[in-house]
Amino acid sequence: MAEAQTLKKTPLYDCHLEAGAKMVDFAGWIMPVQYQGVIDEHRAVRTGAGLFDVSHMGEVRVKGAGAEAFLQRLTPNDVTKLTPGRAHYSGLLTEQGTYVDDILIYRLAADEFLVVVNASNAERDFQWIADAAFGKPEVVVTNESDQFALLALQGPKALEILAPLATPGVGELKYYGFRQGEVAGVPALISRTGYTGEDGFELYVAPGDAPAVWRRLVEAGAVPAGLGARDTLRLEAAMALYGHEIDETTTPFEAGLDWVVKLGKGCDFQGRDTLAAQKAQGVPRKLVGFEVEGRGIARQGHGVVSEGAQVGSVTSGTWSPTFEKALGLAYVPPELAAPGTKLAIDVRGKTLPAVVVETPFYRRPR
Amino acid sequence: MYPSENLYTREHEWVRVEDDVCVLGITEFAQHELGEVVFVELPEVGQVFDTGDELGTIESVKAVAEIYTPVAGEVIEVNESVSDDPELLNEDPHGEGWLIKIRFSSASDLKDLMKANQYEEYVKSGEA
Repeated sequence: MAEAQTLKKTPLYDCHLEAGAKMVDFAGWIMPVQYQGVIDEHRAVRTGAGLFDVSHMGEVRVKGAGAEAFLQRLTPNDVTKLTPGRAHYSGLLTEQGTYVDDILIYRLAADEFLVVVNASNAERDFQWIADAAFGKPEVVVTNESDQFALLALQGPKALEILAPLATPGVGELKYYGFRQGEVAGVPALISRTGYTGEDGFELYVAPGDAPAVWRRLVEAGAVPAGLGARDTLRLEAAMALYGHEIDETTTPFEAGLDWVVKLGKGCDFQGRDTLAAQKAQGVPRKLVGFEVEGRGIARQGHGVVSEGAQVGSVTSGTWSPTFEKALGLAYVPPELAAPGTKLAIDVRGKTLPAVVVETPFYRRPR
Repeated sequence: MYPSENLYTREHEWVRVEDDVCVLGITEFAQHELGEVVFVELPEVGQVFDTGDELGTIESVKAVAEIYTPVAGEVIEVNESVSDDPELLNEDPHGEGWLIKIRFSSASDLKDLMKANQYEEYVKSGEA
């Protein structure tokens, strides 16, 4: 007899119900998919500021004299380039150089890092990191996912809304910079990061403090935004989503994330040999952005067809509220990857014409 | 909430019978589940379908839903306004958001459909 799985609630659950959210099951958590509507929330982020609950994400602390060397060998990006107060985007890779997860690594101190991982992979990622650290006495790995709530405030007005409520100086934070400070009177790690293509901040606070911070930000003009808008926003910014653009069959090179892989960083790292070989030989497929030219929306799983055969597939697709057309990302053979190339996408048995375009689709005005 | 002169299907469509013509649309529940509709694909006037055939599709930002016909017959009219302005489906699914008119030959298919109060129960029951 199967045990009923209890869905987990984030510390902001009541806030979502108060705001009229439609809740769904996501990665074992009850999360808001929308409040007033995906399109309205998307536009609020692009023109003002939206507020997302991403407390379901996981946090793993890696600490000790051996922490830097450990992470340097575990991940493809160059950890030695991180100074305290800086984070970078990276990955956990298999020996084949394929993705276990995409992650953010925050350097808190010379010997202390916070690794932030996707909700859908949180348990697995912690085990992955902990297993790799086994037997290394100068590396301590702890799962701190239940010690953090995480709010993402995103949009051109994010700074204007946050600054009066936060420790001075958040405006001086560079992209991917962070500082420990306060928001609405409670301790917070304030990071200038996000998943929308807009300016914004991610606020790591204690779970008990989260509802008060949420309410203050909403009072100050932040618009609650759900997972639906989160997906349309990140897709317009051509940001990868695990399980779509990246998974255990894809390398960073195939996904266009070459910059995450520092082959020249001076040491071996998990997956390096395969990645170096792939760089030398070329990738077997490439992730491209496309615009649909017909009527309809291409979505994950729809095949890219050429001369009667399936040659690729759509990893993500949606109707874009900013551009008011259907956009998507797809893996195609390298010869079909140049912008301007016409594609044919099989959508439920019908062929939808599309064209490869440069990504990101959206770049925020600067 | 659900007009009593209509009949309802388990796929959240409503049907209004006017002599030998069925007017077909999706219900308030369906539009709410779909979210903001961005594309509607309707059949051609003159096309002939069997009971249960797929007539077209409704696409929202995050989902696509098929439109099925509860009767066998011929499409005699489609709502061009909805094609041009898909938001009509969200704003007035039981009225201005009607989708398709089908001239049908056999009323026997209609006897399995739900009345308004039964549909309301169906939606509330959570089986929907």
